[in-house]
Amino acid sequence: MIRQEFQRVDPKRRAILSHKKKQFAAPAFKQQDYPHRLNFYETPPTAEITLEQFEQWAIDRLKILAEIEACSYRNKTPAETTAHITPLLQKFLPLSSNTSSRDGAEDPRLKNERQKDHYSHFILRLAFSATEDLRRRFARAETMLFRFRFQADDSRERRAFIDGLSLDWESVSDEERREVAEHLVAATPGLRRSDEETWYKVDWEKVPELIERRTVFLSRGKAYVPEREQLSMIIAEFTTRLERALELTSRALPRLDEDDRLSPILNHLSKNFGSAESVYSEGEGFVDGAPITASSIDPLSQHFPLCMRSLHMTLRKNNHLKHFGRLQYSLFLKGIGLSLEECILFWRQSFKGFTDDEFNSRYKYNIRHVYGDVGGDVNRRGRGYPPYSCQKILQDSNPGVGQTHGCPYRHFSVDNLIGLLQSTGVNDRDLLRGVREDVEKTRYHIACNRVFEYTHKAEIKKAKEDGSASEIDLDTIVHPNTYFKRSYLLKQVGKSQRNA
Amino acid sequence: MPHSVASGGSPASHKDEELLPDAPPTENTADASELNGEDNIAKKTAGVKLEDLFNDEDDDDNEFPASSAPTDVKMENTTAPAQPPVEVDTETMLAFYQRLFPFRYLFQWLNHGIVPSPDFGNREFALTLQNDAYLRYQSYTTADLFRKDILKMNPSRFEIGPVYNRNPRDRKTLGSGQLKPLSKELVFDIDLTDYDDIRSCCTKANICEKCWAFVTMAIKVVDAALREDFGFQHILWVYSGRRGAHAWVCDPRARNLPDDRRRAIAGYLDLIRGGTQSGKRVNLKRPLHPHMNRSLEILKPYFAQTTLIDQDTFQSSEQAQRLLSLLPDKGLNDSLRKKWDSAPNRSSTSKWADIDALAKTGKSSTLNTTSLRDAKQDIVLEYTYPRLDSEVSKKMIHLLKSPFVIHPGTGRVCVPIDIRNVENFDPLSTPTVSQLLSEIDAWDAEHPGGGTAEGPEGEGSVPDGSDARGSRRLQDYEKTSLKPYIDYFRSFIAGLLKEERTGKRERNDEPAEVKTESMEF
Repeated sequence: MIRQEFQRVDPKRRAILSHKKKQFAAPAFKQQDYPHRLNFYETPPTAEITLEQFEQWAIDRLKILAEIEACSYRNKTPAETTAHITPLLQKFLPLSSNTSSRDGAEDPRLKNERQKDHYSHFILRLAFSATEDLRRRFARAETMLFRFRFQADDSRERRAFIDGLSLDWESVSDEERREVAEHLVAATPGLRRSDEETWYKVDWEKVPELIERRTVFLSRGKAYVPEREQLSMIIAEFTTRLERALELTSRALPRLDEDDRLSPILNHLSKNFGSAESVYSEGEGFVDGAPITASSIDPLSQHFPLCMRSLHMTLRKNNHLKHFGRLQYSLFLKGIGLSLEECILFWRQSFKGFTDDEFNSRYKYNIRHVYGDVGGDVNRRGRGYPPYSCQKILQDSNPGVGQTHGCPYRHFSVDNLIGLLQSTGVNDRDLLRGVREDVEKTRYHIACNRVFEYTHKAEIKKAKEDGSASEIDLDTIVHPNTYFKRSYLLKQVGKSQRNA
Repeated sequence: MPHSVASGGSPASHKDEELLPDAPPTENTADASELNGEDNIAKKTAGVKLEDLFNDEDDDDNEFPASSAPTDVKMENTTAPAQPPVEVDTETMLAFYQRLFPFRYLFQWLNHGIVPSPDFGNREFALTLQNDAYLRYQSYTTADLFRKDILKMNPSRFEIGPVYNRNPRDRKTLGSGQLKPLSKELVFDIDLTDYDDIRSCCTKANICEKCWAFVTMAIKVVDAALREDFGFQHILWVYSGRRGAHAWVCDPRARNLPDDRRRAIAGYLDLIRGGTQSGKRVNLKRPLHPHMNRSLEILKPYFAQTTLIDQDTFQSSEQAQRLLSLLPDKGLNDSLRKKWDSAPNRSSTSKWADIDALAKTGKSSTLNTTSLRDAKQDIVLEYTYPRLDSEVSKKMIHLLKSPFVIHPGTGRVCVPIDIRNVENFDPLSTPTVSQLLSEIDAWDAEHPGGGTAEGPEGEGSVPDGSDARGSRRLQDYEKTSLKPYIDYFRSFIAGLLKEERTGKRERNDEPAEVKTESMEF
């Protein structure tokens, strides 16, 4: 076994010394110079830095990554993200191009910037390789950062950087290009003539994004990629390499346990990468004192956001919901505080036309699974999944034929959306026009919030006047359960005042 | 014949333990495997079970019928209850596993070779037992153990999952995240329920020849894309037993795809997006992607036949209304609506022709012929393009029903579909389990002494089909209409194994070395 491990070491990294003598040898490291602004982070840093630098650099990079992730969770457009991130990058993690200095890559200022970028990346790798979840998020955020910088890079430098990577891309000969010219033009959007571009032939696995969007010509497992789509390939390459490296780092991590200088810093760092999903903490959607039972869902449904309201209406209409609809809705109901027993009762009553046996064998298990009552390992499943956030609903659901889950603002056609809004009593023309515009600009959460503000206009005003608004904070809603809670509380405020 | 003791006990115990169908077969198979004359006994028990099952009242319990004489009687008895194949009872199921199920070939298919390897040993199977309990993370090292366990459990069906890095049975002893899926065939699932809004002949679980055409066209489109675009060669299409079909892409390259690449393929093939509320569901950019162009060419004749004639989709006024909502020009729509309202029973073909006819008259001044042509193409695709259940394809760990199991609702065997002859595949004439069992009996009756004396038996336990005397003993499946399907499956596996052998030789060099080294310890 041991020798097998030894065999697997990448020949380039294999120690030239016999491993018996290794511990007495002076470490020989490759000196890093940074010819390019961008970095694929292939070689780990080896020079010495102080502990303060270690921590400070890592924290600076972490700030950037956290902001990037937050932007993606708030569903910001690339342009908005750029505007948001650019000043932050300048402040915490500047990275200038060779042309910005007279001495080019030799300038010590550039060297320092690049060193910081390099080191901080590897420090965070250590901090975030521990769990699968952290690795995935780290790789995602780093990829976004890399993409961002790559796009902003000077085209000449970018080319030099890519040449330095030595990726094995086969270029397409003129002859072959002429043969498939027609297909190339048809498959690649925004292209008139195939001879405008240099084409590369790569395994399709390297360009999954292009495949998924069906924007590349594909033949016998090879994708014909125009040069300008390099980005997609480079990014995919970056992500795969990073994921593999993180996996390796995680295996090496236990050996770091004994180091009592770095471990606390690393632990601290990984905890600070607060999960953006945790915008919603458990029990947050619960409303104290609200009687939430199977029978109260119908009256309460007026407080539900449109996605849940639509599911509820479909359920009442068809006496059935498809799997993902049930999942999305059950999680939401769990989030507002409906107990497992009541939830099962609710679905039982809603699924008319099914016998108890059918219901129990087909649906009950899933409901219990949602509550973490069954399935998987008792110790690990916790209390089931958290209720879906808007982020999750917007990104992960893509309702197919006959399915009704997802976000109406995103997944319905505009006409059907307006129809649905009108059926819930929203008829104001200005408002509907606003919703239309938001949806066109893919600002779905803004549209949803707009509707919320309209339907709760009076209550919000009242709440602001009497100061109870501070209790019910009025940020943008990014979670269906927040929508419900706020709506419910606002109506209560209205009611209690009327009573008084 | 060494059957007297072992099999003599079994009918009695069957009757006593009707509620515990698991127990007796265990004994039988265990006994059988211990004895060398396994063949005879396995055959006997199968015969007994059949009888047990179908003539409960006149079962004398005192003797076994000589194999030749009473088969006629048996046959009548088996065919009678088989007519409406609604539920498959446990005994029939067991007889099917014992006599017909191709364990050996299933093993070779998943093992990618003859010598048992982790490809099979670490593969997850999930069994659905007769009491509807669902048993995940089962795994077997060899074909024989696999067969033995299936006979013991007698599942109503079982599903195939991924190959893991460790034996999935050990998952509880491994820490969290230790058990990782390594590979699985890339799979696709087509189900006719997804076509409910555009098929008028049947709904829900029912199918007929007319709506099966939707599956046929879907298979052709997906198969062409997988072969021509992605370069896959080993694609096994399997009838799912009731109302759909599965594809298993078995190329090594496909098996090792990570989830995000699977998602990319699913996205590439996925066209019809949006639920019931999303309005126009196909909005393709022009020029059409080569894949779409090819699909459109494949689908056009089907649209003319299936959608317009067989289904007569646009005949009802709601559907005609929907058709209008998909067309771009308001002026044209108005005149179409007027025309169709005046002739309520106009057929879909005429309505479809009306679109072009009225467009030519030039009544609508705003009409843009290009956008009309594009819209018509989109409509053809919306009504015929494959509707895949893409969730199935996206995840490596997704379980999919194994080929050759029986669909518990219909009793039909999930047989492979020969892609070269996909148009002629008729789901309603695929064999049902009871039909197959009676075919064996009928064959045995016609060929007294032909193999029966030696006792043919379940396929999995025969080391080799050929006999020492040169005259090959027929296996049970060869006596039935299951034979062509199993033959096709075998040829499919042969093609796959051939490629595996050439590919493996290179890969195997290193592991061999490791093995010799570990001997030194």
